[in-house]
Amino acid sequence: MSVFDQVGDWLTNPDNWKTTLGIAGVPQRLGEHLHYTGLAVLIAAVIAIPLGAYIGHTGRGGTIVVGVVNSFRALPEVGLLILLVLAMGLTLALEAVTIALVLLAVPVLLAGTYSGVRNVDRAAVDAARGMGMSEWEILLKVELPNALPLILGAVRSATLQVIATASIAAVVSLGGLGRFVIDGNALREYDQMAAGAVLIAGLAIVVELLLTGLQWLVVSPGLRKKTSRRTRARTAVPTSG
Amino acid sequence: MNWILDHIPDLLAASGDHLQLALIPVVVGLVLSLPLGWVANRWTVARAIMVPVSGLLYTIPSLALFVMMPLLLGTKILDPINVQAALTVYTVALLVRSIADALAAVPESVVQAASAMGYRTAGRFFAVELPLAVPVLVAGVRVAAVSNISLVAVGQIIGVGGLGYFLLHGAQTSPPNFQEIIAGIALIVVLALIVDGLLALAGRALTPWTRQQVGRAGGGRRSRAVVVK
Repeated sequence: MSVFDQVGDWLTNPDNWKTTLGIAGVPQRLGEHLHYTGLAVLIAAVIAIPLGAYIGHTGRGGTIVVGVVNSFRALPEVGLLILLVLAMGLTLALEAVTIALVLLAVPVLLAGTYSGVRNVDRAAVDAARGMGMSEWEILLKVELPNALPLILGAVRSATLQVIATASIAAVVSLGGLGRFVIDGNALREYDQMAAGAVLIAGLAIVVELLLTGLQWLVVSPGLRKKTSRRTRARTAVPTSG
Repeated sequence: MNWILDHIPDLLAASGDHLQLALIPVVVGLVLSLPLGWVANRWTVARAIMVPVSGLLYTIPSLALFVMMPLLLGTKILDPINVQAALTVYTVALLVRSIADALAAVPESVVQAASAMGYRTAGRFFAVELPLAVPVLVAGVRVAAVSNISLVAVGQIIGVGGLGYFLLHGAQTSPPNFQEIIAGIALIVVLALIVDGLLALAGRALTPWTRQQVGRAGGGRRSRAVVVK
């Protein structure tokens, strides 16, 4: 029996899809994974988007944002998770993991919001100011709608990073889909391990596609046109040589 | 500090392994993604396929990709090549897009001037288009190198992780060895910062003509403003 068949068998075995005798099935692990992810992204968005918008609007502290984001990319997620869980204790493991995930999502969202607001055409902002808009109106009616593609892009990449890191939460004895990989590894059951990996990858891809779709739906049609014009210009370029 | 002082040789050896696990994929990925990026820039159809596919590959979480590698390559589960192959996939996924974008950003007038001076496709690519794409390329390589260095630690979950060993081992001893964990994390961050700095310097050395421009953050915005006008 090939590995593919083993993984297929594991994934289609109904026993693995229900929680029996305290052994969690796929739906419960998926629920945990989504719970960790959703909570962390929500908290991070509440912190980072207003802050990023403020920094982008005033232009103050932009270099700090860029520096913080770059240095966070170097931080190993596993280390952050382990350290926080050990420092706070296993009884607070869920809180510790949530904090770690929020810490990873904040820089991504902050950078996206900041650069989105910062890169809004200054002429549009000046025109809005000339029309007598208050600073709040400029932020809410001009800068944020124009920055929406970048902000949503940041939400997407932050969510995916959190999904990836949440799959490591199983290392610190929490749930989530990573549990199958860790348990499978501990029990030397490669079918369970690989099935867990397939589920994690599937979840990431589905979420990516959903958020890309959402991004396309919410972004103002005026901003959408710009990209299509660029692609048309690209294809119109004569291919010489 | 006692634990750290007692284990300096171990930490150094693991750092070497760590760099090897993280950076060989960067080199291999760069070599693979140059022709792929060129193809993606040259043919719209290729771009329409390669950019979304690499985007999806990049979204697959590292733990999942590490574990799925034996499935795709037929390697052993604990083979270090799984981690390196997965990190190569990430590097290619990241760089193909940025190379294609960088090549597309070379002004058409420059390309035509080079053609008029007698450059053929291949010569023009290496003498004109590639050097102009270097700043974007270096930025992509820096992101790939730094994130690979941090991702290697995840490989420790399947037994191959360079410095990641100290993170899990320190957590499994009782009581937890915080010195060991923190030393592991700190070394990973330091390695990432050193490699990032060296790559930035290499990028500057390779593109002497960009040096008149002031800070990178300001430069980006200014060049954008110029394009708008």
